Amino acid sequence: MRVNSIHARHYSARRRPAYVAFLVHRLSGVALALFLPIHFWALGQALRAEAEFEGFLRWTDSPMLKAAEWTLVLLLAAHAGGGLRLLALEFLPWRQWQQSLLAVAAAFTIVMGLAFALAL
Amino acid sequence: MTLHARRETRLWLAQRVSAAVLAICVIVHLITIIYATRGGLSAEEILARTRGSTGWLAFYVLFVLAVAVHVPIGLRTIAIEWLGWTGLTRDWLLAAFGVVLIVMGFSAAAAVFL
Amino acid sequence: MSMLRVSVWRGTEEGNYVDYDVPRQTSQTILDVVTYIQRKLEPTLAYRYACRVGMCGSCAMTVNGVARWTCRTHVSAVAGEGGRLQIAPLANLPVIRDLATDMREFFNKWTRAKGYFKGSRTRHDDFAAVIPTSTQARALQAGIECIGCGVCYASCDVVGWRADYLGPAALNRAWTLLNDVRDDSNSERVRAVSGDAGCHSCHTHISCTERCPKHIAPTASIAGLKRATVNATLKGRV
Repeated sequence: MRVNSIHARHYSARRRPAYVAFLVHRLSGVALALFLPIHFWALGQALRAEAEFEGFLRWTDSPMLKAAEWTLVLLLAAHAGGGLRLLALEFLPWRQWQQSLLAVAAAFTIVMGLAFALAL
Repeated sequence: MTLHARRETRLWLAQRVSAAVLAICVIVHLITIIYATRGGLSAEEILARTRGSTGWLAFYVLFVLAVAVHVPIGLRTIAIEWLGWTGLTRDWLLAAFGVVLIVMGFSAAAAVFL
Repeated sequence: MSMLRVSVWRGTEEGNYVDYDVPRQTSQTILDVVTYIQRKLEPTLAYRYACRVGMCGSCAMTVNGVARWTCRTHVSAVAGEGGRLQIAPLANLPVIRDLATDMREFFNKWTRAKGYFKGSRTRHDDFAAVIPTSTQARALQAGIECIGCGVCYASCDVVGWRADYLGPAALNRAWTLLNDVRDDSNSERVRAVSGDAGCHSCHTHISCTERCPKHIAPTASIAGLKRATVNATLKGRV
């Protein structure tokens, strides 16, 4: 293997669960940060006119939008689950089981996603 | 290095505190949204329940404020680590984004709850 | 006799991997491999080692993408049946040449994190009472065995993203000193680790804890530092 720069080294740390947790947490955070202004705007558009809100609600009935909503709830649950895991790691006295908090965070995400999916 | 010890610690703490507030707000929000969409309520029905509800208005005001604190601080870390963005412009821009979130969030809350 | 195909980094920051064929032997360590290459095949290869028995930490290198002590890493554990090895210098450190890195910044960060002892008692004062079962003594013991090998530092993503991040080793040492009742400089130390690239920059990837050959958990130490800085902030000491 010929590479010219030492910075082309790869680290298998990238596949570790804790790194994946970090990446999911960060990327979901960015996605939510981008989504939030749109979310606020859309609701603001509802204004006082029920009819407009009604029209808006019917528009949100489309399957494409339902899928988008579901994705957003999933992102939110993922971000919140990962965040709770971090709070536990940082504020509770260190124990080995905290490392498997990742599983709990993932479970939380799935549960919320399912609940929302079933509600649709 | 210790120049910004106070700033960095406070930002970090604000991030964690707003996270804890958001954890609760988000769970409440998701449950109410699921409840609202599940019954297939019409716009009129939803707004009839939310309009004039000072309790819910207060809740969403708190929600928006926590978001406006949490999001810019989170984006700041990414800006430093992945974009290599140094300098005060970065912080001012992010603070401005926080203000934008407050303005938009409050007007959305007003639309639904006032 | 089977052979190993070993790719070794030659050069500084710029350079390339050069392949060598090394006879494979039982219970061979990576350090044995590197030593063989330098003695029999390539005398100009630069690398470091000292004790070769897992006590000094000098021989740490990146083996197949993972930071390890080469004297304590058996070839059989990392090369597999195919017998392929890739050996590079530790990551996140400037390369002097080939497999030797410049450790100065690593140790400078220890100083910046106030990772050194500073007491104020004199011979005229009474001994400090160190109770072994206390929380502080336990926390100190958990992190004190660090020999400064740099494996955690090389494994840390944040060190790679932020050049000024103090890093797991320096912060771990600061934490042990924070828990040392004989030490007197805790308020300075808390300030030192709260700066721009201090303990708050840790994102708990936990790579340091997973890689530490002494089984220290810098992640736990850094979490402790985070709590300590919060306490200090709330009491107006930062």
